[in-house]
Amino acid sequence: MSNYKVFDNLAVSESGFLFSPSTGESFTLNPIANQILHLLKQGETINQIKEKILSEYDIDESSLEKDLDDFINQLINYKIVEEK
Amino acid sequence: MDKKIYERPVIIKQQMGFMNKFGSAPANQPLTHIDNVSVVEMAEKYGSPLFVFSEKKIRQNYRNLNRIFKTRYPKVQFAWSYKTNYLNAVCSLFHQEGAWAEVVSEFEYERARKLGVKGENIIFNGPDKTIEGIKKAIEEKAKIHIDHFDELYDIINITEKYNLKADVGIRVNMDTGIYPKWDRFGFNYENGEAVQALKRIISNERLNLVGLHTHIGTYIMSTEPYKIAAQKLVVLANMLIDQYDIKLDYIDLGGGLPSHNTLKGQYLEAEQLLPTLEQYADAITSPLYDLNLSPSEFPTLFLENGRVLIDDAGFLVSKVLANKRLSDGRRSTVIDAGVNLLFTSFWFKHKVRPAQVSSTYTESATLYGPLCMNIDIIRDDVVLPTLKKGEYLVIMYVGAYSVTQWMQFITLRPNIVMITEEGKIEQLRKSENLDYIMEQEILPEKLKEFSI
Ligand SMILES: Cc1ncc(COP(=O)(O)O)c(C=O)c1O
Repeated sequence: MSNYKVFDNLAVSESGFLFSPSTGESFTLNPIANQILHLLKQGETINQIKEKILSEYDIDESSLEKDLDDFINQLINYKIVEEK
Repeated sequence: MDKKIYERPVIIKQQMGFMNKFGSAPANQPLTHIDNVSVVEMAEKYGSPLFVFSEKKIRQNYRNLNRIFKTRYPKVQFAWSYKTNYLNAVCSLFHQEGAWAEVVSEFEYERARKLGVKGENIIFNGPDKTIEGIKKAIEEKAKIHIDHFDELYDIINITEKYNLKADVGIRVNMDTGIYPKWDRFGFNYENGEAVQALKRIISNERLNLVGLHTHIGTYIMSTEPYKIAAQKLVVLANMLIDQYDIKLDYIDLGGGLPSHNTLKGQYLEAEQLLPTLEQYADAITSPLYDLNLSPSEFPTLFLENGRVLIDDAGFLVSKVLANKRLSDGRRSTVIDAGVNLLFTSFWFKHKVRPAQVSSTYTESATLYGPLCMNIDIIRDDVVLPTLKKGEYLVIMYVGAYSVTQWMQFITLRPNIVMITEEGKIEQLRKSENLDYIMEQEILPEKLKEFSI
């Protein structure tokens, strides 16, 4: 599984508001998306993030993997992360 | 320690240009229970998709509309529009409330008769009446509303051939300011055709002219067309009184009152946009007081409302099959109910609500049915909380023209249940099975075998 790097200049607030100075776009994140993005920012790998979510939340691994894939793809599309 | 409730991670791009003055679009609140019965439990017991009707709501709707009209014009008689929803249970419910039957085909006529409605309490409309159908309706004293001259001559021939007398009325079409004009049914008012037809009827002693009928359209969004329609029928009725001393038994203003579904392309919600039922009733009843009659001679006002009485008493429960991203990043949700079950989604933005309490985070999504066809869109753009595969949705206000216009396609049509006033769940129609579908087919002998 690949790992991802969050672009440096992004501003993410505690409440899940995200602003990208390079594109001028802003986004909102739900709490779990916000948590994942913060973990990515801290340099955690997708596997580490997966483990963390699985231990904290009531969700099975394969559903989570699908959702994570989808979420990461969106982050790539929105130019918020890039593959390391 | 219990684990936290999971929801899908969601990121939503803010589109400043599209934000309206109310902030972001309101989310659709969960609808976990219908008449205190759990939606999820019903779906698990009867399968998904599932049509659910509320007896309580249907009766409330009927009593409310009946009261609104009766307080304005005491002689009111509703006739349930069978095509709107001809499930036996639904028809019987309206008949219990006192409604007659309004039918537009022999099939519907026979349904009403089988259910126990007497011919004399049936209004027979529509352009497609067969000779046998007309004969039977005459013998059973149904009120036949003549649609065109060919039908008038058919009726005359039948009464002569079988020595019968028929109770008839005519359907009148007219300019009520509605575009497009509904001038394909009945006799036209403006060009004198209606008067000509009336004269032809009056001159025939086998025909007993009992009423005038019009149905100006469906989902009429303002009161004025009804007022014009009632005024024009009153002009005809007064002409009959003044010139022929004919006092009609009834004037029938048809149906067409809108339900609280919002049309596609309509920005405001239907509730905010539409006149009240009281305002419609004022428009329909006030012209009737211009009839040149003493109060005891006033005709009965017939009404044939369909959608307004049942739409909000019907729900379609559907299960989420999958979530996808479209190529442009928009979310799409695929559910197990397609447009073949919900024709009305071509016209209406049906409200959609989740059936379980879920995340407060919402995202706009396109709601697709399972039909493998591009047209299979239940909602182009609906704001919903993130829903997981296997969770349920409730599509709202689907009581009218759904279970009569639905099509069997790819899969089988589902169960229909009703929640009774006592809180019981009664099954009204069983889901179809393969045998039921195949039963009507005939496979030619020479096509019975093949080897591939
Ligand atoms: C003759 C006639 N009466 C009544 C109705 C019921 O109309 P609605 O459901 O708009 O009240 C219809 C429906 O098109 C109709 O054709």
